Amino acid sequence: MAKLNINGKLVDVDVDGSTPLLWVLREQLGMTGTKYSCGIGLCGSCTVHIDGAAARSCIIPVASLKATQEITTIEGLSPDGSHPLQQAWQELDVPQCGYCQPGMIMSAAALLNDNPDPSDAVIDASITNICRCGTYNRVRHGIHLAVDISKRGRS
Amino acid sequence: MNKEHVNISRREFLISTTTVGAGFALGLYLPLSSSVALAVGEASSAVPEVNAWVVIEPDDTVIIRIARSEMGQGTLTGLAQLVVEELECDWSKVKTEYPTPGQSLARKRIWGSFSTGGSQGIRGSHEYVRKGGAVAREMLIDAAAQNWGVPKGECSVMASVITHKPTGRTTTYGKVAAAAAEMVPPFEVELKDPKDWKIIGKPVKRLDTMDKLTGKQVFGADLQLPGMLNASIKACPVFGGKLGSFDAAKVRKLPGVRAVVAVEDNAVAVIADTWWQAKTALDVLPVTWNKGPNAKVSSALIAQMLDDGLTAKEAFVGNEAGDAKTALKGAVKKVEAIYAYPYQNHATMEPMNATALWNKDRCEVWCPTQNGEAALEAAAKAAGLPASQCEVYKIHLGGGFGRRGAFHDFVTQAVAIAKQMPGTPIKLLWTREEDMQHGHYHPITKAKMLGGLDDEGNLLGLHIRISGQSILASVNPKWMKNGVDMFTFQGMLPKGDHAISYAVPNLLIEHAMRNPPVPPGFWRGVNINQNAIYMECFIDELAHAAGKDPLEFRRKLMARHPKNLAVLNAVAERAGWSKPAPKGVHRGLSVCKAFASYVAACAEVSVDDKGHLKIHRIVAATDPGHAVNPQQIEAQVEGSFVFGLSALLYGECTIKGGSVEQQNFNTYPSMLIAEMPKVEVIVMPSGGFWGGIGEPTIAVAAPAVLNAIFAATGKRIRQFPLKNTNLRSA
Repeated sequence: MAKLNINGKLVDVDVDGSTPLLWVLREQLGMTGTKYSCGIGLCGSCTVHIDGAAARSCIIPVASLKATQEITTIEGLSPDGSHPLQQAWQELDVPQCGYCQPGMIMSAAALLNDNPDPSDAVIDASITNICRCGTYNRVRHGIHLAVDISKRGRS
Repeated sequence: MNKEHVNISRREFLISTTTVGAGFALGLYLPLSSSVALAVGEASSAVPEVNAWVVIEPDDTVIIRIARSEMGQGTLTGLAQLVVEELECDWSKVKTEYPTPGQSLARKRIWGSFSTGGSQGIRGSHEYVRKGGAVAREMLIDAAAQNWGVPKGECSVMASVITHKPTGRTTTYGKVAAAAAEMVPPFEVELKDPKDWKIIGKPVKRLDTMDKLTGKQVFGADLQLPGMLNASIKACPVFGGKLGSFDAAKVRKLPGVRAVVAVEDNAVAVIADTWWQAKTALDVLPVTWNKGPNAKVSSALIAQMLDDGLTAKEAFVGNEAGDAKTALKGAVKKVEAIYAYPYQNHATMEPMNATALWNKDRCEVWCPTQNGEAALEAAAKAAGLPASQCEVYKIHLGGGFGRRGAFHDFVTQAVAIAKQMPGTPIKLLWTREEDMQHGHYHPITKAKMLGGLDDEGNLLGLHIRISGQSILASVNPKWMKNGVDMFTFQGMLPKGDHAISYAVPNLLIEHAMRNPPVPPGFWRGVNINQNAIYMECFIDELAHAAGKDPLEFRRKLMARHPKNLAVLNAVAERAGWSKPAPKGVHRGLSVCKAFASYVAACAEVSVDDKGHLKIHRIVAATDPGHAVNPQQIEAQVEGSFVFGLSALLYGECTIKGGSVEQQNFNTYPSMLIAEMPKVEVIVMPSGGFWGGIGEPTIAVAAPAVLNAIFAATGKRIRQFPLKNTNLRSA
C-alpha cells in the first residue's frame, strides 16, 4: 500500500512497492497520459514532476515516494490545457504522432519552473527527451513562445 | 451508390471508456457482459451519412471519414482539406473519424486502400476523396433545391450555407443532410481547377493536436477495455528460432498472474491483471529456446555475404545506358569507392501492441496500424475465422515509420494469446527490448562505385554494384519481376517516382541480391536512405576528382532534369553556395527524386579539432507538385531529417549469435534537441503532379551532411553510423 499525492489529490494504491510510479499512474489510476517507451529512464516519455522538478517515472519505485511529495502529471499540468506551453504547442502545431509530447511538455514545464526564460543553450542542456518524429525545432520554438505568452499574461 | 448507414460508434465508445477507466478497480476480473457488448454496438448518432466520406450533424458539424492512418505525418488533416475543398463546408466545424476495415470489407472497399506507407496517403487518394466531397456537395444542394422547389442551378454554396440566389433564401448543410442522404448521387462531378483551391495549399492547423497536449489522446498502448487483462511477451531472440520449454509453475503464483501461454511456435507470454505484473513475471520465467541454424549468424558473416555480392558475376540490372564498362576502361581518371549502410530499427516511441478479444465465432482487435485492412487479414488468419467475422479498430499510432504497415506480427500474437482465453480482452504490449530485437529492419547493403572522367573532367561512365538485402524477397515476392526487386534501385531508376537525377552517357546499376536471415522491412524512406548516400556522396567524390565545384558538376549532368535542377538551385541560392560560408563552417549538397517528389538539401557543418561534428543548418527544398498543407510539409521535412540523421549519426543494429545486439535507446540512440540543426524549408510546388511528403527529404539529409563533412575535413566516411568513426582521424 502506498499513499501518493497526485495532481493535488491524496490517493491510496494497493500495489507492490517496487512498482514504478509510471505503472501505478497508468494501471492503478488509469492516467495514461504519461507514456511508457524505454523503461530505463532514458527517453523521457514518462516524465512527471515531483515537487516541480522533472522526474522519469518509469524508474521510480512507488515505495520511494512520500505522501508529502507533490506529483504532477500531464493530466494535472493545467485544468483545461491552458498552460502557456500547451497554448504555444497548439499555436505551433508542435506534435506529430504525439506519443512523446506529454513527456516533452512536462520536461519543458519543469525547465520553466526553474528558469522562466531559458536560452537555447539551457534548453539543449535540459531537454533530453527523444522524439522520433523529429519535432525538436518546434519544441524549441514552443518553449520560447510559452515564455512570451507568460510575459503577456503578467503584463 | 450504397447508402447503408455506417456505425462508427464503437471506436468512440472505446475512446470514452478510457476516461471511465480511471474508475475501474483494475486487477479485478470483469467479464464482458452482454449489456456492455450491446452498448458497444450502439450507434452514436441517428444521422445517416451523405455518402461514404461525409456525415453532417444537424448542428452543421461535418465528419470526414479518413481511411488512411494518422501517425504524425499530418495525412488526417491533409485528406480532410481535400474533401472539404470540394464539399465547400465550414472548416471550423470539421471533425474526422476512421471507418473500420470490417466496414470496408462489407462495403466492397468503398474507401479504397487503408495502406499508409510509401508516402501514399495523399498522393494515392487525392482524386477519389475530392470526388467524395464533390458528390456530397451536389447531393446537399439537390436536397435544398428540392425542398425549395427551385432549379438546382439557382443555388450556390459557401462554408456550409446554401443560398437560393434569386430569393436570397438560405439553409445550412446540417438542415438538409438527412434529405441529402436520400438524393441520387451525380454520375459524374467535375473537380476544381487547382487555381480555384481555397483550402488546399493553406497552412491550416492540424485537426488532432489538442488531445496530444493534455494526455487525453489514446494510443494503442493506452487502451483500456472492461475486464481487460494484460500480456507481456518474449519471442526467441534468434531469428527463426523456436520456443523450447518454459516452467510456468515458477511464476504462476506471482501477484496478478493469470496464465503463462505459448504463442505460435516461437514465443511465450505471461497474462496478468496489470502489464507490470505480466512483465516482471516474464522476466523471471525460466525459458529455453531452440535457436536453430541462425544462432551462428553474425555481422561479420553478413558482411562477407555482401562483399561476395560486390564482385559476383551474376547481378540484376536496374538501369543501363550506353556501355559503362568500356567507357570506364577508356577513362582518363577513375574513381572507386565502397560504401555500406547498416540495419536500422524503426524504434517507434510507442512499442508494438495490440488488444484482442476472441470468441469462437468472432474476433476483434484494437491496434495502432498503418494498414487496417492488413491488420484485419492478420487477425482473421490468427483467429481461424473468416474476415467477415472479425473486426479491427484503429487506435492512434505512437509512430509508424513503416513498422506498422506491412507487418502485423503484434496482431497475430495478440490474437494467438486471446484465443487461449476466450471472451477476455487482452492487451499485448511489447517491452522496448522486445521491440529492438524483433523488428523488421532497414535492409543492409553495400555498394561498389566506379566512375570514369575524361580529360576535361566530364563524367564518362558510372558503374554501381549494390550488394545486399531485398525487402520484397522477404516481404512480398509477388511484387518482384523475374526475381528482381526494383525497390532496391530507388533513386537510381531510369524513370518514374524514383528516377535518377542525372543523365550519364554510360551507366550500369546492378544489384547482387544477398539475403541474410534478418527480417527486412520498409523503413521510412526505404532504400533511398542508402542509395542517396551512395549516389550523392560519390557524385561529390567525382566532382572533386574532376576538380570541379560540386554544384557545377551536378548541373552539367542535369540538363534533362529541370525539376531536380530547380530544387538544387533553390537550396544553393538560399544557402549562399556562391559565397563563402561563415569561418569554420563547410557546406555539402545533395539532390534526389523520391516518392515522386523532387528534393534537395544544402547542409552547413563544422568539425572541431577533436572530430566533434556540429550540424548548424540545413536548407531543404521540396517540389511535391501540389502542396496541400505547407506548414505540415515543413514539419515533415524537419522530422525526416531527425529520422535520417539519427541513423547516420548513431543508428545500427548489429548481429551476434543470430540476435540483434541493441536492446534499448542506450545502445540504439536517437538525436536529441541539442543536436538539431536549424532547418529552412523551401516548399516550391510546381503543380501538375502529386508527390509524397513524409519520406522524400530523408534522402538528402545524410549525403548533404556527409559532403559537408568532407568539405570540412577532407575525409570521406563510407561506413556508418558516424559514432564509430573519429571524423578527424578517419
